[in-house]
Amino acid sequence: MKIEILGTGCAKCKTLYENTKKALEESGKTGEVVKVEDIPTIMRYGVMSTPALVIDGQVKFSGKVASVGEIMGML
Amino acid sequence: MLKSLADYIVFTLMGLTPGTHLGEALNFFIYDTIKIFFLLTVIIFVVAVIRSSFPPEKTKRILSHKRLYVGNVLAALLGIVTPFCSCSAVPLFIGFVESGVPLGVTFSFLVSSPMVNEVALIMLWGLFGWRIALIYIATGLLVAIVAGIVIGRLKMEKYVQDYVWEMQVGNGEIPVMSFRQKLDYAREYTTGLLKKIWPYVVVGVGIGGFIHGYAPQDFLVRYAGRDNPFAVPLAVLIGVPLYSNAAGVIPIVHALMEKGLPIGTTLAFMMAVTALSLPEAIILKNVLKNRLLAVFFGTVAGAIIIVGYLFNAIL
Repeated sequence: MKIEILGTGCAKCKTLYENTKKALEESGKTGEVVKVEDIPTIMRYGVMSTPALVIDGQVKFSGKVASVGEIMGML
Repeated sequence: MLKSLADYIVFTLMGLTPGTHLGEALNFFIYDTIKIFFLLTVIIFVVAVIRSSFPPEKTKRILSHKRLYVGNVLAALLGIVTPFCSCSAVPLFIGFVESGVPLGVTFSFLVSSPMVNEVALIMLWGLFGWRIALIYIATGLLVAIVAGIVIGRLKMEKYVQDYVWEMQVGNGEIPVMSFRQKLDYAREYTTGLLKKIWPYVVVGVGIGGFIHGYAPQDFLVRYAGRDNPFAVPLAVLIGVPLYSNAAGVIPIVHALMEKGLPIGTTLAFMMAVTALSLPEAIILKNVLKNRLLAVFFGTVAGAIIIVGYLFNAIL
């Protein structure tokens, strides 16, 4: 599973990154979490408000920080 | 009811005498703090629920290929309900212009969104009353519409950074939130925002309380009254670097208005605080060339200064 956190490096993006790593760990699933900070990639997903969460190329949400529990439900 | 609670705390529990400097300053501080935090919590939550129905991806579709005037009015109005954070200004700007939202319409949105924001409105409503809050919304929208039309008319598309036009933008299929998710979003948004702004509110109300209790009546009239033609531009200049502290600035401005700062100067100052900021300029430099950035700041500052003079003259 490939999980991408889209965001240009704001405080919220970091929180989402941490929450996602924790969610992955607790769910026991395997995958990698990567931060995507370059604008062209963010725009290719059509995301206009950051941070956003992308799992296997699919945008799950944008413009908010989700809790660990909420992210676990999406994995 | 809140007033009697504040009176009780200060004059009965703490035993201070009404009418003294300390008593009045402290009473003012406690009353305003309770009132503002109550309003902030309730209204930010409601606004966040509304906003979750207007993601920028949707706003973009509404504004795409809209013409001048109609587009500017719509963009300014949507700026109120679409959530905006200056940290996403770059993807937002690219998403707008790439999907065919005209440049001038995009700017109407970029001006209105931070300026007509819920925190500023709650603080204005709570401290100045609904009349001033409404005047602020109306003139804020007008500034956003006019500035956008002017920028649109100047045909400055070539002053957008070149790479913006070559960007590939996805179609933006963002899943719609369920009502339950909207409430969660609103709760998270409210606590996050309150955590960020509460120190500014407390410090701002504290300084406001101090001015209210200690500064002599009309002490500002001499320096910043109607007769000083430089007061409005100066207020705008001071307002620009104070961004993101609207929550802290408004209580201070409120106390200053009591001491003789005219309404137009007050409005101009608050608009400069919320609409123009150096961090935003630095972020926007990623998508705008210097000339367009300067035109953007100049036009908005000019429109705000006109608003200031106008209200000083008529009210």
